[in-house]
Formats: sequence, C-alpha cells, structure tokens
Amino acid sequence: MIPGAFAYHRPKSVNEAVALLADLGEDARPLGGGHSLIPLMKLRLAAPSNLVDLGGIADLKGIRADGGDVVVGACVTQHEIIASDLLASKVPLLAEAARQIADPQVRYVGTIGGNVANGDPGNDMPAVMMALNATYELAGKGGGRKVAARDFYHGTYDTALQPGEIVAAIRIPDLGKHGYAYEKLKRKIGDYATAAAAVVLTWDGGKVGQCAIGLTNVADKPLFAEEAGRIVAGSALDDATVKKAVAAAEAITAPASDRRGSPNYRTKMAGVMLSRALARAKSRAG
Amino acid sequence: MAKTQISLTLNGKQIEALVEPRTLLIHFLRDELKITGPHIGCDTTHCGACTVDLDGKSVKSCTVFAVQADGAEVLTIEGMAQADGTLHPLQQAFREHHGLQCGFCTPGMITRAYRLLKENSNPTEDEIRMGISGNLCRCTGYQNIVKAIQAAAAEMAGGQVKEAAE
Repeated sequence: MIPGAFAYHRPKSVNEAVALLADLGEDARPLGGGHSLIPLMKLRLAAPSNLVDLGGIADLKGIRADGGDVVVGACVTQHEIIASDLLASKVPLLAEAARQIADPQVRYVGTIGGNVANGDPGNDMPAVMMALNATYELAGKGGGRKVAARDFYHGTYDTALQPGEIVAAIRIPDLGKHGYAYEKLKRKIGDYATAAAAVVLTWDGGKVGQCAIGLTNVADKPLFAEEAGRIVAGSALDDATVKKAVAAAEAITAPASDRRGSPNYRTKMAGVMLSRALARAKSRAG
Repeated sequence: MAKTQISLTLNGKQIEALVEPRTLLIHFLRDELKITGPHIGCDTTHCGACTVDLDGKSVKSCTVFAVQADGAEVLTIEGMAQADGTLHPLQQAFREHHGLQCGFCTPGMITRAYRLLKENSNPTEDEIRMGISGNLCRCTGYQNIVKAIQAAAAEMAGGQVKEAAE
C-alpha cells in the first residue's frame, strides 16, 4: 500500500514547526513516530499534502525532573518511557502502561505525544494521564498554553488542539508516595483494549487518601471516572466500596460494539479492570 | 512531487538516493536497492516480516518513510553474515534448531532477535517471547524459534568468555 503524495518538512525547532503548520494550513499534519498516521495514510484514510516531521527537534525529546514534577517531551518513545530510571522512580505507571502498548517494534518508534494527541479512544496513555492529573503543554504559532489531560478530549479525534497546534510536552505533578496500576484486557499482543482502567491512589492510616481513575476505549473518548474516584477516596477499599465505585464507573461508559465485544460486555470488563486495578494499586501503596 | 535527497548507511555501505517522500522504507529497500531480505507480510504494522534495524532500534520498515531514515544506520538480514559467508550465530542457530519452516518470517525474526540480544544478552524464555511478540510466524509455533534464540545467546556469551580468556 502506497500513501498519497505529500511534501516533507523536517524543521529543527518547535517555532519552525508550528510556523510551518500554521502557514501550510489544515492540510498539513505533524508527524511524530507516525505509527497511527502512516497506517491511515497507507489506507488513504488520511491524505495530508504536507507532513511536518517533528523527529528532528531536540526540544521535544528527553525526560526531566522540574521541581517535583516530571516533564516528558512529546517525541519521547514508548521504549524510552520503559527504559527511564527517572520515570521508574517517580511515575512507574507510565512504564506499566507503555509495556501494554502494541509490540516492541512499535514501541521503539511510537511517541508519547502522538499517543496522547491522536484522540483515538483506543490509545492507552490518555486515561493514564487523566489518572495522573497530567497537563499537556501545547505550542502554536501564537505561543504556548496548557490544557489538563482531563479537559483535553472531546470525542473521537476531537481534542482541545487547535489547527496548527502541537503537544510539545507532558507535565506530571509530584504524586508523592502512591499506588498505581494499569489493567488492560486485550485479545492479543498489539490489540487495542477491550477495556482498560488506570488507577492512582494514596494510602494513609488504613484508608485511601486520594484516588483518580481513567478508563480506556469504553466511550468515544477516554474517560475520567471522577465519581468512582470520589467513592473510593477515604474508604478502606472494602468490597462494598469497590462495588459502588465499579457501578459508578460502568455508568459513565458508552462503548461501541465491535469485534472486541458487545457494549454490555465491554462495560462489564471496564468494571472488572477497575476492581483489579484498585486492588493492585492498593497493594503497591502501603 | 519533488524528490528528496537522502543518505544512509546500509549494512555498512554508504547509500545516496533521491526518493519521493511517500516512499516507504520497505519499498525503497526492496524495489530501489534490491535488498529483498526484509519481506512485506501484512503491510499493516502487525507481522514484523519487514523488520530492520534502524539506528539501534528494531522497526517495521512498512511503517517508516525512507526520508525518515536520512542519516541513519540500517541493518538488514543481508548484513548479518560475515564477508566470508560465515553465518551470524543467530542464523546458525535458526538453521541448527529448525527455527524456520517456510522461512518467510525469518529475516524479520532474526533481525529482531539481533537487537533483543544486544539489549539483553541473556534473556529468559519469557523475555524472548515478549521480545519477539511483534513478529508473527505461522509455521513453527515459535518453540524452535525461542530455542534458536536461546542457543544463539549462549553461543554469543561463550564467544565473549573465550575472547576475554585469550
């Protein structure tokens, strides 16, 4: 399969990239790792006339500590996420999620920025970023702005990104000592989730302190399960509380029917993934 | 559409070429350079038959544009054996342990295993299975592929010990 013809641009800086994207208009697309965009182009489901390759921009690479926060450049690959000592000590949830994405070859190339900016509800990192309360740092010709992951997603391929804007970095706040888990049900290696749940919680004096929950691929966008998190916070994570939280999470799902299962099945699997993720997060939080 | 000048190192040789930006790396290798070791299996980023080593990463060359390989170092199955024809330990182990039947997945499988062993010279069976999870084989059931990679790892480790002793 051969994609449609396009002009290729390889800017050296973020400013140059966003200026190009603004000048070339809506028919230009940024290229990260390309492992969502290139398959779409091969199927001619996307046919941009200009590609602006972000791969040569040093400022979009690297993982660094900034005060208590961790800042991950948009062009950091899933492979680099898994290999990062800083993330392993500060935000181990990211590597746990990254290991469940696609396969080794795809993880060498696929980027965290592409995963969060793409807007496909099947992408795993958006729900993870919601659970982590991450902030996306956007760059555009008119300057930068910040959008919380929890406010970023509007629908399938519909995000807060304006034409010409890119995600430049992801900022993850200091979580202190916490438990975490990403539980993903998939049919086989490389598949998108039938349903998945991300949990971040703190544990203090036999009780949950704070709890944040994100859900993958059970609606037209990633879901922040705010009510479920509120139910869990302050509890001892007893069976009755987990049951209530699972019901609250299931209630906000609206999955499509596809080869991964019926809507009812996928909703129930979201609940199962959540209860497993809660138990595993608790076991790591103490 | 205007062509773009690229230069890359392929199996140790310097290559200069003009490519259309939309040319995929697998098509550039196979159609332009006649490097037909990497295969096109699924053409949808799943099967791994097109796997090549690009700047120290295993990539599916059906999902990379040739222009993205500008300045890169690329290794394919053609670059694995020594100039005198001596097989790479992985090639030898696949042969000895019956790590292939039809052979279609083999170039991608060996190229992937090459990078896996560079990163982890003594992998467990589980690590091998996860490490080649992006490469599909429809013949072998993977058993002998895993055995071959284990044998190659042992052979390569033995070689290193010998070198150190000399």
